Amino acid sequence: MSTQSTVLFDAPGPKARARNAVYTVVTLILAAVGLAVLYLGFNQTLTDRATPLFHPDTWAVNPDGQWAADMWSPFLRAETWTAYVIPGLQNTLTAALTASVLALVFGLVFGIGRLSEHAWIRIPAGAVVEFFRGIPLLILIFFTMALPIVAWQVFDIPTGTFQVTALAAVVTGLTLYNGSVLAEVFRAGILAVPKGQSEAAQAIGMSRNQTMWVVLIPQAVTAMMPAIVAQLVVLLKDSALGYIVAFPELLRSFTLLATRESNVIPAAIVCAVIYIVINLALSRLAIWLERRNSRRGRATAKPVTTEGGPIDPAGSTGTAVETKVQEPLPRTLAEDDGDTSAKKE
Amino acid sequence: MEAFLSNIDRVVDGFSWTVRLTLISALLSFVLGILLTAMRASPVPLLRGIATVYVEGIRSTPLTLVLLFCGLGLNSALGVALADSVQWDVFWWAVIGLSAYTACFVSESLRAGINTIPLGQVEAARSLGLTFTQNLRLIVLPQALRTVVGPLGSVLIALTKNTTVASVAGLGVQEASREMKLMFDQGVAPVLPTFVGFALGFLILILPTGYFFNWLSKRVAVVR
Repeated sequence: MSTQSTVLFDAPGPKARARNAVYTVVTLILAAVGLAVLYLGFNQTLTDRATPLFHPDTWAVNPDGQWAADMWSPFLRAETWTAYVIPGLQNTLTAALTASVLALVFGLVFGIGRLSEHAWIRIPAGAVVEFFRGIPLLILIFFTMALPIVAWQVFDIPTGTFQVTALAAVVTGLTLYNGSVLAEVFRAGILAVPKGQSEAAQAIGMSRNQTMWVVLIPQAVTAMMPAIVAQLVVLLKDSALGYIVAFPELLRSFTLLATRESNVIPAAIVCAVIYIVINLALSRLAIWLERRNSRRGRATAKPVTTEGGPIDPAGSTGTAVETKVQEPLPRTLAEDDGDTSAKKE
Repeated sequence: MEAFLSNIDRVVDGFSWTVRLTLISALLSFVLGILLTAMRASPVPLLRGIATVYVEGIRSTPLTLVLLFCGLGLNSALGVALADSVQWDVFWWAVIGLSAYTACFVSESLRAGINTIPLGQVEAARSLGLTFTQNLRLIVLPQALRTVVGPLGSVLIALTKNTTVASVAGLGVQEASREMKLMFDQGVAPVLPTFVGFALGFLILILPTGYFFNWLSKRVAVVR
């Protein structure tokens, strides 16, 4: 919560305090009703119950319902974790890490490619990035899975010559999609480096390549670090799409477990908790990186975490990331006044 | 290519579901997103807490899991049929899942928009004696909405692409990606033209949306 959101209202007086208390009670009641409906629903006593709604039997934990101890006890057995959860987590992390590294390389190559002075590099690179950014990840994964059929139909290579595993399909899809988004991030970052930097580099006789690798890219990557980490969070979340093509990642192992123990709801809850913990940790990293940048008075891209890419003021057509010198909030002004002004010129 | 074109009605049918999912979820998630933003800025700590936990939690959960939960969990647990036919029943569950998920990103964008409003605006409103809701309705949201037109456009584009996940087990809405997979599997047309056709279909939906929101965000931008 920033300071801005809390200045929307005055410090409450007696009347406002009373009103807020009423709102709190109303919220509590609504929340309680909502939770009760969910509780009864998953207790399987919401619709097909023998007793009236306020009978204690309706509210007791139903042994056939999802809250029964039997449904949760699998998570206390070591075998559940070693046979389902940990292999699933390993597969998720393998896919996500491989795809992250490949997507960063892809993004760097195509981000720089789009800034090339040669039109024959710039235009194809732009087309590739826009294409993979514009189509859903899922149809990309489906297509990669179907590549052996394509090879057979187009090049007459007999089916069975090569196989595309689910892992390969997921990694390919994640790489192409997130790599394209990262390409836009890198491009925006390089463009956001003050012009004086490349002019100075040229003035001391650096070639274009040297300017790019020694001067521009290090600054762009530092400034864009929060956006890059935010995109990697998206990538990790998207790896759950592997579920659809039967890649045995975390979500898949939980559904297998849920089928075996018929504990859909406990499995869903535990699975969600694992994803939330990992992603929140990564998001914290992004926030920490942003704070560190702003402490050092560097321009930084906001760690925007829109699903499917950083918030993109230009839609899918222009620059990807809002590059911004730290917003002039009172807090930051007080902290790095001198540094930001030094940075601007 | 001819084989693909002779199946064009299936393609159009698939995309019609994609568009329906997108439009209805966009509308619902926009309303829910504004509600969540208001809750997150409200003077009642409990409302703030609930909204924050909701947004942070759902935002960190994969959409696939959210939709699976709607399809396998809620659908059977609540025993509510949202429509008479299975086709429309799964459609509405998918809409609920997509809206619940997208609303978090709408809310995040709006909150970022609120943070760009100069402090003086809100202080002036307060000193005029506007209440919290008046402040939000008359001063804050109109300005915030104008600054986040671009980001909201990106959220809409992401939503369009995310509708493909509604084809997961437990839901199986017959939208474009599922139609494409079926056409691959049934071998009614060669894979490559089918893929290119569907990819073009998505680009036709997404690129104009991007251009439109790009234009709109410049048109309504607040000069500061």
